[in-house]
Amino acid sequence: MSGMIRVVVNGQERDIDRSSTGLDLLRVLELDPRTVVVELNEEIVRRPSLSEIRLRDGDRIEIVHFVGGG
Amino acid sequence: MTTSATTTVDRPLTIGGREFRSRLMVGTGKYQNNTTMVEAIEASGAETITVAVRRVDLDRSKQEGILYHLDPARFFLLANTAGCYTANDAIRYARLAREAGFNEFIKLEVIGDEETLFPDVAGLLEAAEVLVREGFKVMAYTNDDLITALRLEDAGCAAVMPLASPIGSGLGLVNPYTIRIIKRRLSVPVIVDAGVGTASDACVTMEQGVDGVLMNTALAAAADPVAMGRAMKCAVEAGRLAFLAGRMKQREIAVPSSPTKGMLG
Repeated sequence: MSGMIRVVVNGQERDIDRSSTGLDLLRVLELDPRTVVVELNEEIVRRPSLSEIRLRDGDRIEIVHFVGGG
Repeated sequence: MTTSATTTVDRPLTIGGREFRSRLMVGTGKYQNNTTMVEAIEASGAETITVAVRRVDLDRSKQEGILYHLDPARFFLLANTAGCYTANDAIRYARLAREAGFNEFIKLEVIGDEETLFPDVAGLLEAAEVLVREGFKVMAYTNDDLITALRLEDAGCAAVMPLASPIGSGLGLVNPYTIRIIKRRLSVPVIVDAGVGTASDACVTMEQGVDGVLMNTALAAAADPVAMGRAMKCAVEAGRLAFLAGRMKQREIAVPSSPTKGMLG
């Protein structure tokens, strides 16, 4: 099926639906968009744009949040 | 007879136009558990808490970020660029941190060496210049080197954060002279960051006249982090007040405190 694309999320390959947006990916990963920041191919995706950005085959996505640190 | 006693009153610490209610800033790393962390931070009275930016662990996607435990409405979140070894990496992490949406402050670290975690001052200056241009309020973790500190101030940093000793070492303030001279020569706030191991270290550091102190391991690795949090609160306040009070001159011979006249014949 050509319905899937392969992207790299936080260093791991993942197959997702071809029509996925950034927000769709967060839903699949069960992540709250208010608690994370998303980078697509080393460019930050502002939160309001998450639902507009269509992911493409080969995209590299980083999803980060705040953790304990000094 | 009435005499008027003047009591020294401190001004609040102000960095980049924001007033802070505590001169003690604490990290949130390396605690045994989150309950202890929250209690220790509360005991310390710190308003500013540092956090790091890291990948969400997708294998444990229910993993809680630090904000699950610390209410960002009660604390001032200061994101760091810890773990970055190049200016470009630090800039990338700073942008991600700002996008999280809390504030435009960043504790900028560009590390130059794994063993000492000493900063790469060339990379630090490069990153500071870029981030200041982008509107960040940069608080730069640096060596206790006056010239670097002056360059960071010239670059527009909101605060300069010289180390007392290496990160996580607990060696205390190894060179009070360099810290004093940095404080004397800079106009922006000087916050000593890293190396404080126990309350006396924090007190001595504040007695040098610096504007604040940041620590993490001293609390997190104490046998009782909550008690150490309280100790650090007292120590930072005591050191600050002692500095403002102006200490007596030291001398190597005794001077009696009781009258030498009126002794029995």
